Amino acid sequence: MSQPAPAPKPDLVTVNIDGKEIAVPKGTNVIEAARLLNVDVPHYCYHPKLTVVGNCRMCLVEMGMPAVDPATKAPIMDPATGKQKINWIPRPQIGCGTNVAPGMHIRTTSQMVKEAREGVMEFLLINHPLDCPICDQAGECKLQEQATGYGRGYSRFVEQKNVKPKRTQLGPRVMLDDERCILCSRCIRFSREIVKDDVLGFIDRGSYSTLTCYPGKQLANNYSLNTVDICPVGALTSTDFRFKMRVWFLKQSNSIDTESSVGANTVVWSREGIIYRITPRRNDEVNDTWLADSARVLYKQVRDESRLTATKVGGQPAALDAAIESAASHLKAGAVAVVGSGRSSVEEQFLTKKIAAALNASVSLVARVGEGDKLLISADRNPNVRGALVTGLIDQLPSAQLTELGAAIDAGKVKTVLAINEDLTTAGLTAAQLAKVTIVYAGTHSNATSEAAAVIIPTSTVFEKSGTFINQQFRIQKFHQAIPAIAGTHNDLVVLGKLLGALSGNAVTTDLAAVWQQLSSEVGLLAGLSFAAVPDTGRVLDSSRFAHLAFPEGETLHFKPAAATAAV
Amino acid sequence: MPAPEQRRIIFKHIDEPGYTNDIDCYLRNGGYEVLKKAVTRKPEEIIDEVKKSGLRGRGGAGFPCGVKWGLVDRKSGKPIYLIVNADESEPGTFKDRYIIHQDPHQLIEGVMISCFANNVKQAYIYIRGEMPHGARILEKAIQEAREKNFVGQNILGTGYSCDIFVHRGAGAYICGEETGLIESLEGKRANPRIKPPYFPAVLGLYQCPTIVNNVETLCHVKYIAEHGGAEYAKLGTPNNTGTRIFCVSGHVQRPGYYEFEAGKITMGQLLYDVCGGPLPGRTFKAVIPGGSSAKVLRFGERFKGKRKVGNDMVDYDWGVEDVPMDFDSLAAIGSMGGSGGVIVMDDTVNMVEALANINAFYSHESCGQCTPCREGSLWMKKITTRMVHGEARPQDGALLKGVADQIPGRTICAFGEACSWPTQSFYLKFKDEFDNYHATKKQPKADNALELV
Repeated sequence: MSQPAPAPKPDLVTVNIDGKEIAVPKGTNVIEAARLLNVDVPHYCYHPKLTVVGNCRMCLVEMGMPAVDPATKAPIMDPATGKQKINWIPRPQIGCGTNVAPGMHIRTTSQMVKEAREGVMEFLLINHPLDCPICDQAGECKLQEQATGYGRGYSRFVEQKNVKPKRTQLGPRVMLDDERCILCSRCIRFSREIVKDDVLGFIDRGSYSTLTCYPGKQLANNYSLNTVDICPVGALTSTDFRFKMRVWFLKQSNSIDTESSVGANTVVWSREGIIYRITPRRNDEVNDTWLADSARVLYKQVRDESRLTATKVGGQPAALDAAIESAASHLKAGAVAVVGSGRSSVEEQFLTKKIAAALNASVSLVARVGEGDKLLISADRNPNVRGALVTGLIDQLPSAQLTELGAAIDAGKVKTVLAINEDLTTAGLTAAQLAKVTIVYAGTHSNATSEAAAVIIPTSTVFEKSGTFINQQFRIQKFHQAIPAIAGTHNDLVVLGKLLGALSGNAVTTDLAAVWQQLSSEVGLLAGLSFAAVPDTGRVLDSSRFAHLAFPEGETLHFKPAAATAAV
Repeated sequence: MPAPEQRRIIFKHIDEPGYTNDIDCYLRNGGYEVLKKAVTRKPEEIIDEVKKSGLRGRGGAGFPCGVKWGLVDRKSGKPIYLIVNADESEPGTFKDRYIIHQDPHQLIEGVMISCFANNVKQAYIYIRGEMPHGARILEKAIQEAREKNFVGQNILGTGYSCDIFVHRGAGAYICGEETGLIESLEGKRANPRIKPPYFPAVLGLYQCPTIVNNVETLCHVKYIAEHGGAEYAKLGTPNNTGTRIFCVSGHVQRPGYYEFEAGKITMGQLLYDVCGGPLPGRTFKAVIPGGSSAKVLRFGERFKGKRKVGNDMVDYDWGVEDVPMDFDSLAAIGSMGGSGGVIVMDDTVNMVEALANINAFYSHESCGQCTPCREGSLWMKKITTRMVHGEARPQDGALLKGVADQIPGRTICAFGEACSWPTQSFYLKFKDEFDNYHATKKQPKADNALELV
């Protein structure tokens, strides 16, 4: 049963949990240590990224320490086992607030622990409305799961349940049902500790304690929906998602937040080609377990009214191959400028670079710089400018205005523009300038540039394709296709690959694996890597080559700008 | 055996004719002489005297005061705070209020001696919200003491400075729990803190080392500083040194305050000889010896076991009347000396209704932070309330016990014990009354009977 203990390093502490020994870093609590052994210690209030308050009492475990003689400090041996005797504490201890100590013994399956869990479960349920059939949390509710796993299975409660406010709108995106609340205070601690927007609190006392906003305040910050994620029960629900879909019907696909260069890790929840919600995916190096509210509504762009769904040549519907042919003939005429995108994936930028090389065309990128919120939205609102640098699409930071391109158009040096999902008018070009050139537009949504384009090829949003982005830490991260591309749109790699093929005369395979074979052989920083080999939490690339660039990002969660000051 | 004489050291002057709570009266009676001497001594000496005295905290838990002081982290470089716990809220306890009202300077002198001994520069008196008069008296007394240079800057020319602030609570029992008190004093909701890591001696008020002592305890410190720890230890019995103030309330002829050497008087002597016995025509039924959270004792039950007397283990066979009133004896028989609030119930009391009252109190006072206490206390209250309102079921008593058993030992603070012990002990000792309450409840209510909770 018990395995030989690994030799403890100085900062490691060996503990025994349910008979199994494990060495964990000092300062680890019992819940996390048990997790490493696949031992579940049920809990509600404890959250790995928030302070420990120990108020739910669900994580009670039995704890013992090796016995030592109080006078001599010599170990007291147990003659029956030949091992050091363990002094078990007669009352259960909380796993969340108990940090490991050398030789600590933990039992999570003893009668004492079982009874403690049954008691706490019963208490939590007596004033809970048990309205699971109409509750959005059903299926991902800790109360449901742990009542099934650790509860007694029947109720002794015959009194009236407490009555508390239902349907309290805490903020524009968060709805509160106080009767479901088990007062774990995670949402309060999140607002206070992570967002520093201390608007939530309890009023009244005892079992009548009620979660509420401070008078005159709202839970309106851009991270309010994280409270919904961490709420272990159905007390806090998202006004966007509630009553839309049962979570067990939804397919989960790993994705990346595209609203800034932070690259927060996400899960996209979809069913039958329709996305219902986006939630954070834990990545302790990037976004912990958090995600901005604004990142959760990005799926709405998939079925936005302005979405391009018709391939057109000269304003007339056309097949993709015809459009490619037409585009290639425009581009082959020469005097081409390519406007790539910091929102394209690494793979797309790589093909874009090849197209530009084949045409001997100038390449520009459009910068989007806003203000960072010091948490999960950085100043650079393009998710993948570093991808363009790594693939060599660009060699210096982009600017927000395409001034040089405008001048070249005015001077007649550029006759054709290949625009990859960028609206040139927002980048400073005038309608008159657009009228002077032939535009080939491959993008997702209609805008002034697509209106002016001779060839329009609708492409996929981030949810309809797979690929990689490189975030501000030079961490390459994968996103996976969540839903099939909606009708009339084409995968970007297919479009770019076919275009490259038409320009070079050689057929180009455009599946992800094939593009990655080229990437790993041609892009030095990606040598030896493949799409499959990129871990789910990403891999940090060597960024020393780009140390001289003055990136616009300020400090955010898990990111400190290195060279920003040096460059100034 | 007749009851011994009262030994009044805390109540030495209280109740004397003409004794008032102003500083002049206190000085006339030798006030602040102990402080004057204390500030010329080494602080460690005073701490040693307190350790020698064996003084146990008078707030309820009976934790040795010297040990508590010894745990204070003096190496952190952070200031050390002293907090006077004057949040006396345990039902049946009213000794601290009396000290504050009648002899506030005794407390202030005790506080200043304790502060000097522990190098405290700032003390707080956290006084219960429902005692506004006491707070005003303390404010006035502190001001008087400040004017005489017993409190404040450069006390008595020694260069030692320490001030006292009075902080009024907002009316919550849980503020008497030391970490809840600290949270409240910091301006937050009085949710007790988890221990570990937030032991007040290390991470107390503003995360600095903090001593929290009861009002009466600090008055004892004054006595100890005056007479020495060894002298103090001669009072009472070993491990239960000094005197105890008993606040006797309920169905006795002469309820009130009585100060005796700890362990030198039995429950029977206290109730019959000192308090005059039961009201005419009645008999004692039950007594709660240490505030309402202590486990109830039933008259007529016998307690047998072994206890330590000196170095020997001695058999005891006690009825309730024979129990010596000290921490260890009351703990040995399964209750506790607690805060000294002795609540007496005679044969007119229905134990279900008495428990309903206690449960109503504890469910109202639970802070609501941790699950077993928050939900359990209200559930028990709902059961007993339903019972006394005519909806009792035969199985309710067992259910009450089942609920109560799920609370103690599983909560953040001792409130879990406080709210569950009454129910556990009432049901254990008056099981028939609970199990048969559904039948008795069918009888019509007596005329002029008071409305129940």
